[in-house]
Amino acid sequence: MKIVVLIKQVPDTAEERTLVSATGWLDREAADNLVDEINERALEVALRVKDADKSTEIVVLSMGPEEVTKGIRKALSMGADSGIHVLDGGLAGSDAARTAAVLAAALRSTNADVIVAGNESTDGRGGVVPAMIAEHLGLPLVGGLNAVELGNGKVSGERSGDSGSLQVTAQLPAVITMTERSAEARFPNFKGILTAKRKPVTTLSLSDLNVAATPAHSVILTHSEKPAREAGRKIEDDGTAATQLAGYLIENRLV
Amino acid sequence: MANILTLIELTHAGAVAASAKGLLAAAATLGTPIAVVASENELSPEVAGQLGLAGAAVIYQGIGAQAGSVLTGPAVEALEAAVAAYDPAAVLVANSVDGREVAARLSVRVGGATLNDAVSVRLDGGRIVSGHSIFGGAYDVESAVEGGLPIITVRQGAIDGVANEGGGAVELVTAALRGTVPGAQVAAVNDAPATSSRPELRTAKTVVSGGRGLGSKENFVLVEQLADALGAAIGASRAAVDAGYVDQHAQVGQTGVSVSPQLYIALGISGAIQHRAGMQTAKTIVAINKDGDSPIFDVADFGIVGDVFKVVPQLIEALAARNN
Repeated sequence: MKIVVLIKQVPDTAEERTLVSATGWLDREAADNLVDEINERALEVALRVKDADKSTEIVVLSMGPEEVTKGIRKALSMGADSGIHVLDGGLAGSDAARTAAVLAAALRSTNADVIVAGNESTDGRGGVVPAMIAEHLGLPLVGGLNAVELGNGKVSGERSGDSGSLQVTAQLPAVITMTERSAEARFPNFKGILTAKRKPVTTLSLSDLNVAATPAHSVILTHSEKPAREAGRKIEDDGTAATQLAGYLIENRLV
Repeated sequence: MANILTLIELTHAGAVAASAKGLLAAAATLGTPIAVVASENELSPEVAGQLGLAGAAVIYQGIGAQAGSVLTGPAVEALEAAVAAYDPAAVLVANSVDGREVAARLSVRVGGATLNDAVSVRLDGGRIVSGHSIFGGAYDVESAVEGGLPIITVRQGAIDGVANEGGGAVELVTAALRGTVPGAQVAAVNDAPATSSRPELRTAKTVVSGGRGLGSKENFVLVEQLADALGAAIGASRAAVDAGYVDQHAQVGQTGVSVSPQLYIALGISGAIQHRAGMQTAKTIVAINKDGDSPIFDVADFGIVGDVFKVVPQLIEALAARNN
């Protein structure tokens, strides 16, 4: 089985994240950029398939600037076999529609049985790119899975919806997305780190790809930072704190 | 007036999803709301009447056996047909698990683009503009789509109101679904656990959240007691969820639910940046934590450095005394 895992570099959620004031685009300089945790869980899904069947081939695919290579190398050190990096200055500021069209173009030649992604990135939180890719490729999407089984030409898993959970299944090839409730990712081991350096990473530019036209695109009209919240009253409990708090809540009509 | 399509989700029991009212209300501010559903059977007069009362001028129902057994594909097909029939100025879809997958596929099919997780929509000289609150409310952003149809996923609970109170006259249009979208098969459905009597976390006016400071699943009952005393929803930090004190549905933060209640009370929560991203747009924040250096105090309007197991029971008592 050939599995392609989509990974995205995002600013560390443990740091303040900012927008570039001129464009409203994500400021990549402001915080450390890491492989999104949800993508590492997606990779873990693929690695567990490979643990059970060594003939499994895992490719990681990412689009983004030069430093995305670091994220791809990390995925290789965790156990992926090779990487594809779509790198092209013309892609800066791409919206979801363009990103999905480019990734779909890069995926076409991979002949993947399964494309695994996170259900939403921690930066944009749009959660639309995998479904757009599925539509471009004419594949079923088995999205929002907490748990998954892959094999025998099909995928099945548990999906949480707004009114309960569903058991869903599709024939391969398919696109699947994993939630934060799915398997926790492993750490790269020493051997993984050493072998990652020798694994192949292909770099593709836009001219290497036959990207479908995306006539419409989303644009940012305005953006503004909200002033940070200020700390209010802070007291040490001397036995009266609860009474003081009750008074505060009543006074401010909060109860 | 321009037509605005709204995707009305139905629960597997055939009831209208909670997101429908907000979508129709938002659509009514932009044009003529048209409700689009994909369903196994024709809608009952009760459901149609409900959508009319919520503001739908037209109900476009795509009927097909696969609507009961194929994930999201039938909704994409129904919307695609409705786009062709009504030439809408926008499509509004709930930012739900199903909704955003439908919006995404539709955008590729009709050559549109998505605006994701909108908290507001408005007309700006003929153009439809959506408002977004990103990085946990740290930034406000306005967006629009150029060169094609805007397909907007609307954050649930962000827009409420009733589009057309007292209305209900509605035109019903029926189309057959043919199954043109590849979709996963639904093999089984498990209902969500019986709805609790507590308010829904996403839209609650008051939220009481517990963190690792509660120490155990048994101790988490303290959060429930205060929530019940205040008629509040229950939230939790990721640490409390990971420790198994409470179900993941209660997780507030970067990767959980974002809440903007009138009052947010954080018990035993240190306030990692990822948690603050999910609650810092609350109007008033109260924090009780033993560790006075906890970052939660940086955003709290009222902070108590103290033991939750002492302060909270006293608080419940003080509030009960006032009610008597």
